[in-house]
Amino acid sequence: MTGPGTEVQPVEVDAPEGGEDVRPDRPWQVIVWNDPINLMSYVTFVFQKLFGYSKDKATKLMLDVHHKGRAVVSSGPRERAELDVFRLHEHGLWATMERSG
Amino acid sequence: MTGRRFWRDRHGRIRPGLEDPERDLLRMLPQQARELVDHDDPSAKRLFPVAYTDDDAAQADYAQMMGGSLLDHHQHALDTLMSTIDETTIDIDDLNGWLGAVEVLRLLLGTQLDVSEDFTEIDPGDPRVDQLTVYQYLSMLQNEIVDTLAAGLPRKGTTS
Repeated sequence: MTGPGTEVQPVEVDAPEGGEDVRPDRPWQVIVWNDPINLMSYVTFVFQKLFGYSKDKATKLMLDVHHKGRAVVSSGPRERAELDVFRLHEHGLWATMERSG
Repeated sequence: MTGRRFWRDRHGRIRPGLEDPERDLLRMLPQQARELVDHDDPSAKRLFPVAYTDDDAAQADYAQMMGGSLLDHHQHALDTLMSTIDETTIDIDDLNGWLGAVEVLRLLLGTQLDVSEDFTEIDPGDPRVDQLTVYQYLSMLQNEIVDTLAAGLPRKGTTS
């Protein structure tokens, strides 16, 4: 973090050519979608169990899924995201993954 | 069929308190589910969700790499429920297996019945009343298993 008095000059970077984004550091997001079968209590429990989230955080994510139709429950490198998706699938949740941004 | 069903004894084991008809049901349903799951029945599709929605090649890789493990996981959960249903006490791993099995049963039955999110009460005139009653029972049972297992989790979690 920078404090007062520190001035950082921006560095000019050439934009990459072509349409494809090849930045390797763009994380993947794991998304859980609302479905009519899974119980609210169960979804909250799965978030606590798999990700070690507090009851409050797990409940908030579950309510996001319920009311907004989807929630990002974790993000990170592709392999990690894929493992999270798999563990959510083991638990019957409707999870997908996509690149963030 | 009311009242608490799972008790933790002083050794940390779980004592299920199920009535005979419940045990009969929970022996029969996983057997039927194994038939569907083992033979890749279309009604079991919900047990194998798509990970990549906009990349067919990545999805094919995912299904190829993870599909077998996912199938094993669901089968193991169903087997755990069937093989421990008559035990006086079970351990936490067994109860997690029960939870997984009940999840599989609810996903299969809920898909067959095409339940909606706000389903709460059964219309007595509904021709599917028996299946809906089973579905409702499984929901209640899953809630009780979740309550029992959640009591063993740290409330504040382990990550932020």
